[in-house]
Amino acid sequence: MPIQTEPMTVNIGPQHPSTHGVFRLRVTFDGEEILEVEPIFGYLHRGTEKLAESRNYTHIVTLTDRLDYVSSMINNQAYCLAVEELLGVEVPQRAKYLRTLTAELQRVASHLMGLGFFLQDLGTLGTPLMYSFRLRERILDLFEMLCGARITLSYSRPGGVFFDAPDDFWPALDQFLKDFETDYQEIEQLILENEIVMVRTRGVSVLPLDVAINASVSGPILRASGLDWDWRKMAPYDAYDRMEFDVPVATGGDNYDRFWVRMQEIHQSIRIVKQCIEQIEPGPTRAEVPLILRPPVGAEAYGRVEASKGELGFYLVSDGGISPYRCKVRSPSLINLTVTEHILVGWKLSDMIVTLGSLDINMGEVDR
Amino acid sequence: MNCVLTPDNILYDTLLFRVIYEWVGGVLPCGLSYAVSGIAIMMLLVNGVLLGAGLFSWVERRLIGRFHNRIGPNRWGPFGALQPLADLVKLIFKEDLTPRGADRILFSIVPVAMLAPVVLVMAVVPFAKDTALANLNVGVLYILAVTSITSVAVFMAGWASDNRYALFGASRGVAVLISYEVPVVCSLLGVVLVAGSMSLDDVVSAQTVPFLLVQPMAFFVFFAGTSAELNRTPFDLAEAESELIAGFHIEYSGVKFALIQAAEFGAVLTSSAVMVTLFLSGWSGPLSNYLGWAWFLIKIGVLAFVFSWVRASFPRLRIDQLLAFAWKFLLPLSIINLFATAVQVYFFRDSTGMLDTADLWIMAAINFGVALGCLLIFGTLIKEKVRPAGPLTGATFSTGEAD
Repeated sequence: MPIQTEPMTVNIGPQHPSTHGVFRLRVTFDGEEILEVEPIFGYLHRGTEKLAESRNYTHIVTLTDRLDYVSSMINNQAYCLAVEELLGVEVPQRAKYLRTLTAELQRVASHLMGLGFFLQDLGTLGTPLMYSFRLRERILDLFEMLCGARITLSYSRPGGVFFDAPDDFWPALDQFLKDFETDYQEIEQLILENEIVMVRTRGVSVLPLDVAINASVSGPILRASGLDWDWRKMAPYDAYDRMEFDVPVATGGDNYDRFWVRMQEIHQSIRIVKQCIEQIEPGPTRAEVPLILRPPVGAEAYGRVEASKGELGFYLVSDGGISPYRCKVRSPSLINLTVTEHILVGWKLSDMIVTLGSLDINMGEVDR
Repeated sequence: MNCVLTPDNILYDTLLFRVIYEWVGGVLPCGLSYAVSGIAIMMLLVNGVLLGAGLFSWVERRLIGRFHNRIGPNRWGPFGALQPLADLVKLIFKEDLTPRGADRILFSIVPVAMLAPVVLVMAVVPFAKDTALANLNVGVLYILAVTSITSVAVFMAGWASDNRYALFGASRGVAVLISYEVPVVCSLLGVVLVAGSMSLDDVVSAQTVPFLLVQPMAFFVFFAGTSAELNRTPFDLAEAESELIAGFHIEYSGVKFALIQAAEFGAVLTSSAVMVTLFLSGWSGPLSNYLGWAWFLIKIGVLAFVFSWVRASFPRLRIDQLLAFAWKFLLPLSIINLFATAVQVYFFRDSTGMLDTADLWIMAAINFGVALGCLLIFGTLIKEKVRPAGPLTGATFSTGEAD
């Protein structure tokens, strides 16, 4: 007599330790194997785009903090680039360098968090997570010196940055960079050559390049699939045109490659930070802009940066008032999430959790 | 009345029992004092195991705290040592929930069925000279039989909880337990062959050279197999916090949860105790006639530390990789070990079938050679899967010069 089996549908989330926020996957399993996946999101919807229509241009900066709350610095930067394009304001050099420096530090912090949770999803009992949080805390301390906040920073403002860095920021940054070498090496040694990490992640959940391009995926995930695509190189903003750095590109598109690209990007970000420290010169940190910004009627602008998760864009339309007529956020996490079904079907439950970790989504940005 | 135990009694070898029996026997009738001293020694054992489990839960949390660069529990009692007590009080006062669709009877049996084998195993383990509760002549067999109750308990929990996560955990747990039972049994056969007896007392006295040296492969297989049966990383699939939240015991709360946790922490200690007895020469050491229990506890502590260390360091394997590890790696390894040991015992034993210390040293040297050879062979077989470390299909660093 043949054994009678039937598929089993399980809701992973919205309350689940590995969905990186309130995110739900309705999955049909055949034993451990995934037959169908349906991502369901919207649990964290706060209406950021609509809220932006009733706030003035400076206030919206604080809304952007809450999008991808582990890389607020980059969100602020993207939004400010869009507003500056609307107004036609030229940002002072020192502010450009400060923005570049802080954005790269934020990228390191965000990637460290991504790596930590990726390994947590692989089943480590928090050791790599704690190691990466140790470094991330140092970066948050630096941000606290700059603007008083640790997570919701609002450091970039239209026309420049909030304040110049205090005097004791620079020695603290040097000390951080010195400690970073050894601490980060410890994380790399702990995980990068671990055999179990290798067998669990290499060749798993491959995202082919054509699928990635068709789905408009961006950031480390796209670069792991083999396309050299980085807005910091292709359309340099702020001070990136004066920075020397490499873009790590892997070709496999599997979980390990996504993880590897992030690990290498951390090294490149530190390189950029060091160049910023060398090149930065004294000067004003904010252009002369009025307190209440009124862009011309009908002006449109698209501010685009390479955020830690991919291409982050703010599309603003002005009707001449003190708040935008429309503010559209192109959030990388949401678009990167659209490929889940393609890369998950046929793999096992354990792989699904790890793959979600390797996509490094942030629900604050997905649901907005 | 003076009751004296005769040597034909099964508990004659247990020194502690004899002492209590003769002391109580001065007051009570012999039959009653037999029962009283039996219950007394049972209470000692059960409470000892539970207390040890509580203590170990604190030790492990402190240790993992240190591995994490954290402090760990440090609020309640000296260095937080009363933390298990605080946890227990908290869990006792929590509501004991049973899901609506649950099979109530099975659901309630599970915590007991989890805890029972943990305590039962300790009955045959000698803590010091003549201190085993029961010196069974089939001690090794008894341990194997009793520990396999756990797989039934895990499946009962998954089935009775009426929860799909629990069912996932249970099916994984049973698959793992059944697969790892086989290499574990095969590895113990090697030990039994060398010791020439299944009684744990005889195994300890046969270890003039610790069997860790004589049977390195058996120890490795047994350690890996036990980790898998204890649901500890890298084999903690049945619980798999990041995947199944808590796996088979997801629906348990209150006292039942406390019992399951006690069973898990206690199982680490009892497995360490079994390993100490079988591979680390048990209670023997300098002054072991008086300090046998101290040697025993120290060796358990070392092994429990290794368990915590492994738990804090490794990611988890996937279910198919885990089963492949058991069937394709551990099972051949334990069979090779069994074969090599059988051949060596055939050639080295004397007319009474025993091995002396010099023979054991020679066997240790040979077995280390065999272990090294096996590691080389199996290492080359899986090498292409894990080496070189780095992306599978190559990667580059683009300088991003615009074209």
